[in-house]
Amino acid sequence: MNFQATLSDACDRLRLAGDCRMGDVTELESRLRALDGAAPPALAVDFTGAGAFDLGPAWLLHRTLAGLGARGTRVSVEGEPPGHFAYLDGLAAAESPAEVARSSSATMRWLADVGQGLEVRARTWYEALIFGGRLMATAGTRWSRIEGLRVPSVVRHVYETGVRAIPVVAVIAFLISVIAAYIGAQQLRPFGAEIYTVDLVAIGVLRELGVLLTAIMVAGRTGSAYAAELGVMKLNDEVDALESMGLNPLELLVLPRVLGLVIAMPLLTIVADAMGLAGGAVLTNYLFDLSWPQFVTRLDDAISDTTFWAGFLKAPVFGLVIALTGTLRGLQVRESSRELGRLTTVAVVQSIFLVILVDAVFAMLYLEIDF
Amino acid sequence: MPPVQPVVSVRGIVNRFGVQLVHDGVDFDVHVGEVFGIVGGSGSGKSVLLKTLLGLRHPDSGTVCLEGREITAMGDAELREVKRRYGVTFQQGALFSSLTVAENVALPVVEAMDLAPGAVASLVELRLRMVGLPLDAAVKFPAQLSGGMVKRAALARALALDPKLLFLDEPTAGLDPIAAAAFDTLLLYLRVALGLTVVMVTHDLDTLVRTCDRVAVLVDGKVIVDTLQGIVANEHPWIRQYFHGARGRAALPATEPGRGA
Repeated sequence: MNFQATLSDACDRLRLAGDCRMGDVTELESRLRALDGAAPPALAVDFTGAGAFDLGPAWLLHRTLAGLGARGTRVSVEGEPPGHFAYLDGLAAAESPAEVARSSSATMRWLADVGQGLEVRARTWYEALIFGGRLMATAGTRWSRIEGLRVPSVVRHVYETGVRAIPVVAVIAFLISVIAAYIGAQQLRPFGAEIYTVDLVAIGVLRELGVLLTAIMVAGRTGSAYAAELGVMKLNDEVDALESMGLNPLELLVLPRVLGLVIAMPLLTIVADAMGLAGGAVLTNYLFDLSWPQFVTRLDDAISDTTFWAGFLKAPVFGLVIALTGTLRGLQVRESSRELGRLTTVAVVQSIFLVILVDAVFAMLYLEIDF
Repeated sequence: MPPVQPVVSVRGIVNRFGVQLVHDGVDFDVHVGEVFGIVGGSGSGKSVLLKTLLGLRHPDSGTVCLEGREITAMGDAELREVKRRYGVTFQQGALFSSLTVAENVALPVVEAMDLAPGAVASLVELRLRMVGLPLDAAVKFPAQLSGGMVKRAALARALALDPKLLFLDEPTAGLDPIAAAAFDTLLLYLRVALGLTVVMVTHDLDTLVRTCDRVAVLVDGKVIVDTLQGIVANEHPWIRQYFHGARGRAALPATEPGRGA
C-alpha cells in the first residue's frame, strides 16, 4: 500500500497510512516541516493505518515529535508507533559532543580560517627552507664518493626525463621557430630586410626560445611526474618505510631526480636549439629560396661566440628549479589523494613561474655584463 | 505474498583472467533476512566474486539475480536502478576524499530525492548515531579519520537509503575488538529490525560465529555452502586448516562443544 501522510487544517492531527519507505521521505518531510512551523498546542498522531517504517523516515518523525514535545506541544499517539521508536529513543539519548562544537560564531570561524591559512603558508615556506638545507647537506656529504650519487638511478632519470622527452621538445621547438620566422619575415619584407629573419630566428632560438620552451615542456612533463611519484610514495608510507630503515629519502629519492634533470635539461636544450634552427632554415628556404649554404653563412654572421652559451647556461638552472619544486611539492603531500592532485598542479604552475622569473634575472645579469 | 525467492541467486559463475580460472562454476542462494559470509584464502577470488554480485564485473559465464532480477542480462540504465537498492562498503572504505563525512553520507540521499537541507542533516545524524560515530566527525574529511572511523563512516553511507540488501567487504578488518563487537551487534539489530539481508566477505572468525547464518567457502574455484557447523565439520584440507588452526579453535568452541581439535 502506498504511503500517505495527511495533516489536518488546524495542524493538530497527523494521519499516517501505508508502508513508509525511504523513497517516501519527501512526502513525510513536507508534512513534518508544516507541523514544525505551526507548533500546535496539541497533536494527535494516528498510526492505525500505518505499516512498516524504514529507519530514515521513522527518525525524522521521531525527531520532529520530540522537538514539538520540547516546545510544549502535547503529543498523543493512536495506534502502534513504528517499532523502531524504542531503538531511536536509545540513539537520540546517546550523548554526543557535537552540540558544543557547532556553537562557535561566524567571526571566530573566519578568524580561525585566516589563522589556519597563515599557518599553512608559513609552514610551507619553512618546509621549503628545511628541504633546501637538508638537500644541500646530503649532496655535500655524498659528493665525495661516486657511489653515493646513485649513478644508475640518475641515469634512469636522465633517460625518463631527457631521452623520452626528445620527440615532443623537438616538434615544439621546430614549430615555434617556424612561426617566429614566418611572422618576422612578414614584418621585415617591406624594408627589403628579410635576410635578417635568419638573425631573428638564430638569436631568438639560441638565447631564449629554445631553453625556455624546453623548460616549460619539462615543467609540465617532469615537474608533475616528480610531484605525483613522490606524493604517491608519501601516501603509501613508502617514505616513512625508507626512514625507518635508516635510509635518507633525500639521498635515494630526491637527489637522483634533481641530478637527472640538471643533466637532462642542457641536453634537451641542444635538441631544441638544433630543431629551432632547422625550422628557421626550412622556412627561409621555402619563403625566399635561401639555400642551405647561404643560411649557414648568414647564421655565422648573425651570432657571436656567446649567443649559444647565453641560452645553454640557463638550462641546468632551470632544470634545478623544476626538479626542486616538483620533489618538494611531492613530499609535502599528506593525508589524501585530493592533496596529491592539488600539489601536483602547484608544482607545475610554480616551476613555470619560477623558470620565467629566473629567466628575467638572467636577462638582467647578461645585460649588466654585456654577455 | 508471492513465493519467497532468494535475494541473491548465483548460478554457474565463471571468471577467468587470461588462462587463470578464478571461479569455475559458483552456485549459491542467499535468502531474505540472512547474514551470509564468504570466506576464502588470499587470491581465491572473494573480491572478484563480490564485484560480480554488485554488477561491477560481468562474469565470463553464469548468471547473478538480485531480488529475482537477472543483473547479468541487464542494460546499463536498469542496472543503475538496481544498484541504488543495495548498500555496499568497500575494504578501504572508499569514502570520497574530497567530501566531508557528512557530505559522503548525504550524497546518496541528495542524489536520490529532493529534501530540505535540515532533513538531510537530520538523516546524516541518524546514520552517524547508528554506526556509533561521534557527531563532530561529520565535518571531518576522510583523511582525518582513524581506520575504524573510516569503516563506520563507510557503513553509514551504505545505510543512507535504508537498503534491504547490504554487501560488506571485510567490514571488521582493522577494527579493535570492542568496535568489531559493536559492529556485530549493530548488524544483528539491523537484520532483525529492517529485515536486512547481508552478504559479507570476512576473515574475522568472531564475526562469522556471531552473525553469519551460512558460510560460503571459496576453494578450488568453487564454493562450499553450509551452516557454520557444517563447514567446520567439512573434511576439505584447506577448510580444516582454516577453522582448526589456533585462531579458529579460539573463536569456535562456543558454537561447537562436541568437536574441538
